[in-house]
This record gives sequence, C-alpha cells and structure tokens, in this order.
Amino acid sequence: MSALAPQMVRFTVNGQGVEVDAAGDVPLLAVLRGELGLTGSRFGCGLEQCGACTVLVDGEPAYACSRPAWSVADRSVATIEAAEHDLVLAALRRAFLDEQAGQCGYCLSGIILSARALLAREPSPDRPAIVAALDRHLCRCGAHNRIVRAVQRAAARLAEEVAP
Amino acid sequence: MIANQLPRSLADNPRLDAWIGFDRPGQVRISTGKVELGQGVLTAIAQIAAEELDVAPTRLRLVSGEAGEGPNEGYTAGSYSVENSGGALRIVCAEVRALFLERTAVLLDCAAEELDVDDGAFRRDGRPTGFDYWRLAGDIDLSREATGGASPKPVAAYRLVGRSLPRTDLPEKIGGGAFIHDMRMPDLLHARVLRQAWRGAVLGALDERALHRAARRTIEVVREGSFLALLGDDEASVEAAAAVAREKATWSGGERPPDEVADAGWLMAQPTVERVIAEGEPAEAGEKIEATYSRGFIAHASIGPSCALAHWDGTRLDVWTHSQGVYPLRQSLARALGLDPGAVAVRHRQAAGCYGHNGADDAAFDAALLATRRPGRTVRVQWTRADELTASPFGAPMAVRLRAALGPQGRPADWGIEIWSAPHGQRPGMHGVVNLIGAEALPGAPPRVPPGDVPDANGFGSARNAHAPYDLPAQRIVTHFVAGHPVRTSSLRGLGAFANVFAIESFIDELAEAAGRDPVAYRLSLLADPRARATIEAVAAMAGWSPDAPAGEGTAKGIGFSRYKNKAAYMAAIAEVELDEEVRVTRVWCAVDAGLVINPDGAANQVEGGVVQAASWALKESVRFQDGRAGCVQWDDYPILRFSEVPAVEIRFMDMASEPPLGLGEVAQGPTAAAIGNAVARALGARIRDLPLSRDRIIEALL
Repeated sequence: MSALAPQMVRFTVNGQGVEVDAAGDVPLLAVLRGELGLTGSRFGCGLEQCGACTVLVDGEPAYACSRPAWSVADRSVATIEAAEHDLVLAALRRAFLDEQAGQCGYCLSGIILSARALLAREPSPDRPAIVAALDRHLCRCGAHNRIVRAVQRAAARLAEEVAP
Repeated sequence: MIANQLPRSLADNPRLDAWIGFDRPGQVRISTGKVELGQGVLTAIAQIAAEELDVAPTRLRLVSGEAGEGPNEGYTAGSYSVENSGGALRIVCAEVRALFLERTAVLLDCAAEELDVDDGAFRRDGRPTGFDYWRLAGDIDLSREATGGASPKPVAAYRLVGRSLPRTDLPEKIGGGAFIHDMRMPDLLHARVLRQAWRGAVLGALDERALHRAARRTIEVVREGSFLALLGDDEASVEAAAAVAREKATWSGGERPPDEVADAGWLMAQPTVERVIAEGEPAEAGEKIEATYSRGFIAHASIGPSCALAHWDGTRLDVWTHSQGVYPLRQSLARALGLDPGAVAVRHRQAAGCYGHNGADDAAFDAALLATRRPGRTVRVQWTRADELTASPFGAPMAVRLRAALGPQGRPADWGIEIWSAPHGQRPGMHGVVNLIGAEALPGAPPRVPPGDVPDANGFGSARNAHAPYDLPAQRIVTHFVAGHPVRTSSLRGLGAFANVFAIESFIDELAEAAGRDPVAYRLSLLADPRARATIEAVAAMAGWSPDAPAGEGTAKGIGFSRYKNKAAYMAAIAEVELDEEVRVTRVWCAVDAGLVINPDGAANQVEGGVVQAASWALKESVRFQDGRAGCVQWDDYPILRFSEVPAVEIRFMDMASEPPLGLGEVAQGPTAAAIGNAVARALGARIRDLPLSRDRIIEALL
C-alpha cells in the first residue's frame, strides 16, 4: 500500500473560500458531502447519468459525483445550500414548494441547480427550453410535469420582482 | 351505541397510547407504523389526526416506523396506509377527544355536548374553560384499549380533511439533509459489500492484497463464506477497493439463470404450482378468441441507492434503515444474527422513492452484520448504482393468457384467464424465511425454501386484479406459480395487477374489435357498477373520446380501466400516442374514484407519478440477463422515461366524499399501461402483446 500524500486545493463554495485535501482523485461530491457537510447534493449513480449530484461550477451545471475535487481548484462552486443567499435559488425553492413539485425529493436539489443556470442564461424560458435543460436529470417518482411548472412559476415571479 | 368495526391496524395495536400522547406541552405525539416513502402519507395521516382532535396540524409530532415503540403495522405497502393507519387514527383520535371532553364535563358539572375543542383548548358554549388536552393529560389514562365507541366527525364537519395541505417533509428534502444518506454519526466506519453474481453463487479465492493496494489507505476486509465486505474510515478508499473486488471476483455454483430467463416462453415452460382460484366452464358456441400477453423483469430503479447504518455495543443492536417494514425486518435481523428481537432497535429514516420491496432491508442486514463484527463503531453501508439496479429484488415477470367465446351482441359467453408468474412477495420474514441476501451468502446459510404466493387476504400476488371487473359469465381463474424461479423477485408497485390489467384490458379491446364495437361503449355494456361506469364516462368526456377515430394513422387514443385489487380505488385512463418507429405518449387523462380524498393535491401527485412510472415500464423497461447476471449495471443499460418523453397528465377525482377513502397509491399502474397498449394497437393497426412496447417490437410489427 502506497500512502497517500495530502493534496490541498482551494476553491469557493457558496461564496466562502475553502481549502480541502483532494488527494487520490477524491470526487467533488465526496468532499462536499463529507468534509464540508453540504449534504444537499446527492449521490445517485457516480456515473454522470442521473443528475442527482448536480452543482454549479462557475455558474454552469456540473456532475459532482465523479469529477475529482482538484478539478475545481480556484473555481466557484454553488450547491443547493446557496439558496440562503441567492435570490433566484430561493425563488426556485419557493416555487417548488408552491407547486409541491416532488415526491421523494431526492433528485430535486440537482434539478433546481440546473434550473438556476437556465434562468441565469434565459430569464423567461418556454416549456421546451426547460425540458431541454432538465433532460439530463432522472426522476423516478414521476414529478416531471410539476417540476417544469415550478420552474415556470419561479421565472414568472422573478420577472414580476424585477419589473418596475 | 354500535361500535365501529376496528381497522386491522387498530385490532393489532389496540392501546390508545400506542398511537397518541400529550407528553410535551402544546404538542401531540401521533405514532404510526406507516413510513414516508415520498408518497406523502405522513401529511395525510396528520390531517386525519388533527381533524378528529381539533388541533392545528403544526402541533402534531409524528413518530413513524420505530420498531419497539410505535404501533406494529407490518409493511407500508399495498395502498393500505390511509385506509388502515389513517382509519385507526381516526377512531383513536375521536375516542381520545371524547374521553377528554367527558372528563372536562365532570369537572365543570355540565354535559359533554355543551363542550367543543378549539386548537386543543376546550370551550363551553364557545367560551374558554381553562382546560385543554395538556392540562388534563395527567387525569386520563391512555394505556387502555380502544373501544371504537366514539363517533368520528361527519364529513360535512371536516375542516382539514379534503384540503390540499402542503407536504410537511418536502422543505427539508429540497434544502439539505433529510435522508438516511445524510446521517452523520461520530466514529463512522464506511462499508461496501460485494454482491453475489446470482443466488447461491460461491465466491472463489480473491487476492486481498490487490484490494489493499487499490484502497491506498487503511481498509479492512471481512470475508465470511461468499459474503465479502470492505470497511474503512475513508469512504473513497473503501469504494476503490470494492471496485477491484467486483472486477476480480469469480463465481461458481448456485442457481445461475439462463440467458433466456426473461422470455415469456421460458417462464411458461417452468415447473409450476397450479391453483384454480375460480371455476368457470367454457361455453359451447361462439367465436373463440385467445391471446397471451407478457411483461418481463422490472427494476425498482430508485434514484438513491440503498443505505443503512448500524451500531452494536455488545448487547444491543441499533439499526437505521429505509425499510418499508421495521417490525418484520427486526424479526428477520434477530433471527439471522442469532439475537433476541428485544435487543434490536430498528428505526426508519427516509430515503429516495420506494415503490416496493427494494434493497433497503438487505442493506440493513449488511450494516447490522458488519456492526456485530466491529463492536463500538457505527457502520454505514452504501450500495452502488449497480447494486441498486441488479441486487434489489425485481418486479416479477408474468405471462397472462386470456380466452373468451363471443356470444350474442358480441358479449363474452365465457371467460378464462391463466397466469404464469414468478413470486411477488419475498420480503423479510414472509413464508417463514429470513429473506436477506447478505444472510444467504454466509457460511452455513440454510437451503433456500421456495416461496409461496402473496396471501389472498393481502389482495393476491400473481392473481391481483385477475378477476375482470366486468359482468361476465363465470370467470375461470388459474395461476401457474413459478415458485422455484432462480431470479429474486418480489413486490413492486401493483404486484400482479400491472400485467393482469394490461392483459385483461387489451383483451377487452380485442373483443370489442371482433364484435365491431367501440371500446368505451363495449366496456359500459359490460358494467353495472355505477361507480365504474361513472369513472369511464368521466374520462371519455375529459379526453373527447370519439368512437369514429380512424385506426392505423400513427396517432390514436386508447382506454384502460380497473378497480385496484377489485376493492380499492377505481381508475379509468385514456392515453394519446404518436408513433413512427418509437412510441411517444403525448397525453394521459385520468378519472379516479377514491371515495373521500384526504389530500387532493397529494393524491393527484401520487396518481400522476404512477402514470409516468407506468408509462416508463410500458414503453422502455425490461431487464435482460447474460452469463447469469442482470444486464442493468448502470442507467445507460436501463433507460427510464425522461423529461422530454413525459406525457401531459390531466386528473379528475370523482366527487365521492361521502364514501370511505380507497387506497390509490398503486391505482395508476395497470390502467395506464393498458391505455397505452390499446392506443398503440389502434395507431399501429396491429397489436403488440408483450411489454415493453419497444422500438424493436414496433419495427417488427410494422414489417
């Protein structure tokens, strides 16, 4: 057994600077859920196929389950826990609750982050744009239609808030 | 006064204090043996309890799934929760409210009828009395048995039941750490378990040095017989070693399934236990029509792989699990580990969506066994995606043969159904067997005992919904039960109902076609039950059903109907499909009669989810086997319906609030598949009788 030397990397998570040991290609998801205690990002497959682990890296949706933590060195990561200080994420969360858009809820934090990236790019997306943005996510409970409606509701509410 | 007939859950757990307590000021403890699986059951149960007690729902503290503390209600399964647990709590809470009001009446020297309850405070003629549940809690002994003597509220008085209260568990699930996967314990020991390649497979020699090398940090290897686990403080190292173990493991012996195990023909050729459930003689005359339908293995395919934690201190075992049945699991764990059940605490913690007997119990055994091997540490077992897809029990493959003779006016003059099926119930403890795969891998594991079918009293297994809901001459119902099936199959949402309703409703359409009748009109001509008729008529109106719609044009609508378990909720569905080489389900309309609906939005969520999941099963899902192993180790091998493929769904609940609540969690599975199958047959101009309605089968039908 060859011992593993520490490999410290720095990045920001939800606006806070962190420094963690990323030795041995430890996945970003493991660092987020383990050392950083941010359990809102879920382990679903470890294969970049279901989207449950989705976070934002520099604002773009990214699978956290298999990419090594060192790959986000000096970059900015956002998780669902950022809803505390991100108005758009907070609006999405509120809209998901208003629509009761979910059953088990396991897939939702990843979906909400993909929706967050979509709304940054396209503040008033139509249904096909939402479906396209969420098609990388799997939901087994069948809450898809409610989820799409929740994203539409969040977009509409945000548009009202910024309107004069 | 005539006592209410006690629901089964209350007969099994008659003491009032098993269900309710006022031990914390301003709060009410409500205990239920049913657990939250993402179906919203705790919200519905809270509504029922708060309604009968007249307290704000926010005062309730729900305790759910605690073996040894809360009521034993078996499994959270079979769409029974609202009927049984909700039914029990309705009676318990009405009785407790009456006991408190009687006591208050004595103290105030007035009649109990002069009193009412406002958010837990007792009022006389609308004015405060100074008494409430908490002040009088010490006066009233709830360690007595329920009598069922108090009358629950009439429906007209409901303020909470029948309203769409938001789910109490969703905010935390959207936010952060609501799941068993998120539990943090001091001194955690991470574990991965190597799954046997097939049942009874014997693990060959494995070079443990390669596992340590791959880990790169300190890990431990626990090997007992064919049970192999990797443990360590660092989860990534444990996973790295486990990946090598999976790659290097060699397997022999056991019940290796053949590659054709998923074919209906293979299933029908196996030795079976035959049972005639209903006799019915074939008619002499009339055109004879016969057809055979099938479905293969369906994976639960939960989004979150199973997880469990366990801690053993030398005398007591604590287990945290997302099992559907904490009491039966406790019995099986104790038996498998040679412990007294009283020394085992099993607590439910929530996880990703659960649609039947998945890997939760097996993961709990993995953790429990390993905890006893590492006393003092809390062992956390996390299954992989491949474990979840291949080692959870599968939904049972089935073949269903129907026959009828057409009599006058095209009505069936006789009717027969024969069902071939793998087992639908191999949960822990069922049929007197431990039923935990980790235990099967241990040295000296007892030989496997072929299981029985699910008992009739539980709504049947293979024969669930085998009885066609139409007014037919004596129906002959026969099951051919493949008890010795080599692949582990068990309960998946709807059990036999999915394939049976698909087959019966497809066959009814085939008969309608042979009789030259419209499928909706034909069904109505065979149905006297007014609730069934109203449900079908409602969905036909919603979908704008037209008897004159052309066939073979690449787009069409189809209908499916059933009453789940022939005794729970009714549902009629109409699906609209478009097809070229693939089927797209564009819209589904549903009419549901579930009697009194406790939470309409929650119920709609369940039905809509069932429609989408059933559409996924019907269009895409089937597990193939190769070299003895299930060929679905990742999502790419086992596609499910995606956002871009999900139909629009419209649901209407029949206004039946005066009728008792009927279970609806599984009602959508059969009717949805049948509606899609019938729509595809019409759009294609040819019928596909084997599920899934895959691209290959469409192309074959087009040729």
